[in-house]
Amino acid sequence: MPLLEIRNLAIHFHTEGGVVEAVKGINLTLEKGETLAIVGESGSGKSVTGLALTRLLPEPPTRYTSGEIIFDGKSVLTMKADELRKLRGGRIAYVFQEPSTSLNPVFTIRNQIAEAIQLHRPELRDVDAEIIKHLDLVGITNPAQRLHDYPHQLSGGMQQRVMIAMALSCQPDLLVADEPTTALDVTIQAQIMEQFRELRSKLDMAIILITHNFGIIGNFADKVAVMFRGKIVEYGATKDILGNPQHAYTKALIQCIPRLGAKKRRLITIDHAALEAAGA
Amino acid sequence: MLNYLIRRLLYAVPILLGVIFLTFVLFRVVNTPEHAAINALGPKSSVDARNAWIVNNGRDLPLYKQFATHTIQLATFDFQPSITTKRPMGETFREGVGPSLCVTLPGFILGLCLALVLSLYQVFVRNSAADRTITLICVVMMSLPTMVYIIFGQAVVALGLGWFPVSGFTKGLDAVRFLLLPVAIMAIISLGYDARMFRAVFLEEIAQDYVRTAHAKGLSATRVLSRHVLKNGLIALITLTVGQLPKLIMGTLLIESFFGIPGIGNVMVQGIQTSDEPVVLACAYLGALLYLAALILTDILYAAADPRIRLS
Ligand SMILES: Nc1ncnc2c1ncn2[C@@H]1O[C@H](COP(=O)(O)OP(=O)(O)O)[C@@H](O)[C@H]1O
Ligand SMILES: [Mg+2]
Repeated sequence: MPLLEIRNLAIHFHTEGGVVEAVKGINLTLEKGETLAIVGESGSGKSVTGLALTRLLPEPPTRYTSGEIIFDGKSVLTMKADELRKLRGGRIAYVFQEPSTSLNPVFTIRNQIAEAIQLHRPELRDVDAEIIKHLDLVGITNPAQRLHDYPHQLSGGMQQRVMIAMALSCQPDLLVADEPTTALDVTIQAQIMEQFRELRSKLDMAIILITHNFGIIGNFADKVAVMFRGKIVEYGATKDILGNPQHAYTKALIQCIPRLGAKKRRLITIDHAALEAAGA
Repeated sequence: MLNYLIRRLLYAVPILLGVIFLTFVLFRVVNTPEHAAINALGPKSSVDARNAWIVNNGRDLPLYKQFATHTIQLATFDFQPSITTKRPMGETFREGVGPSLCVTLPGFILGLCLALVLSLYQVFVRNSAADRTITLICVVMMSLPTMVYIIFGQAVVALGLGWFPVSGFTKGLDAVRFLLLPVAIMAIISLGYDARMFRAVFLEEIAQDYVRTAHAKGLSATRVLSRHVLKNGLIALITLTVGQLPKLIMGTLLIESFFGIPGIGNVMVQGIQTSDEPVVLACAYLGALLYLAALILTDILYAAADPRIRLS
């Protein structure tokens, strides 16, 4: 049995301006410990897909109009509220794009991580030791001294490491990282991706990495799903897709990756109308 | 912190001088010596008596000298006694603070709690029929003038139903009987406005990223609201509420005079009605002082509540 199975999932937003079809019938499977990258440009429905896994989208306006999400044999879309809360953080944990706003500004790092641990691992005695262990795991130096820091006292990269530590602290089976490096400086981006690679080899945990940047998924994801306007247009092993992309949109995205030492060319623009016409 | 406090108090000095200057213009320049003498001695007093009063009170001196005396008097809280009661201001205030606080403090705290509970509930059921109904009631409550609450309370609840005395005050525990109605009115007068404002603040907070993080941790909606959203919202609400603190000490003019509560608000109303210049001056000056103190307190509370702000 796969860890996660998404079948024919469609998600609509019913807003005052009309119905937005954000996700239009997608299928995905993820085995235990597997790493999947969801790649696509901004607005293609990646975040909506990620948040839907634990129904974090506000309802209303969100409506799950068709399909199902099966996590570890259980249907997420029909789950009761308390079961859903056990899933959130306990089995599926998140790292978001903006570390500076994703942490609560008025609580200490310790406070925020402890809250998650006490919720999902109430049997644990020494919560502080567990927090320090996880801060250390994500590469924060002198973790014991950082416990009582507030988010604003840390740099963006450090804040994101705290977010990752918080996500890992409840030992989830699946980590959803939604553009975890997009808000960071380029050098910090590389460090955080390096951290994810290291964690992937250390921990037995499935990862969904959501990104608009094909450049960061090599050596990381086992599988790639390419999203375009709410649909998955290409899905397969990373090396196959990077080496031999089939879909015009994927080809265009891959061409957008800047290469070191490559001759400077004009940046490629993606012709959406042509792609849509081709039946994307 | 201490440094900041000293600096903040120094900043208050020019504002205080402004207050002193303004009260001087109003009470010593706009209000001519002749007027002041008539106020003090009554309309039937002789011209000689008035002239003697003007000289005795230094109102014939050049303005700059009068300003110097005025400044020294206010800065040292050396107020003149009331014209009507002949009693020193210090005594009048000490006696009035108690009854004023008896009404304003419980009324303020009760009102604040009601507004918090109501607005959090509205955020919890946001955009539902219940939310919209409460909003509508709040708007109606906002539109009603204070007098409507007082008259309704006195005519219907006190006179009609006979649940409370219409007005009055005594010393000791027995006062509770007299206080319940004015306290209740004080609590609901600003409820509509406060609940609307609190709701707006909390709705803004609930759209923040950290709220999504809190939900993603698996916290219940109640806990996200009562812990994460509430603490951030309260910080935003500090300015809105601490600014009202001077009102507590100065009392509420309408409620105190209608319910016959011998508080500072009542002193002020009577001072104005009888043109009791020393009383009005002392009230205006103390009100301004308390307002300045509330501003400083707001800053300190901000720093205490929000770790991102440091006083330095
Ligand atoms: N709460 C919402 N209400 C209405 N529309 C939404 C909401 N959240 C997302 N959308 C829409 O869904 C589409 C997909 O968004 P998203 O998944 O965030 O894209 P991305 O691939 O950049 O993560 C976008 O068109 C966005 O405007
Ligand atoms: Mg996104």
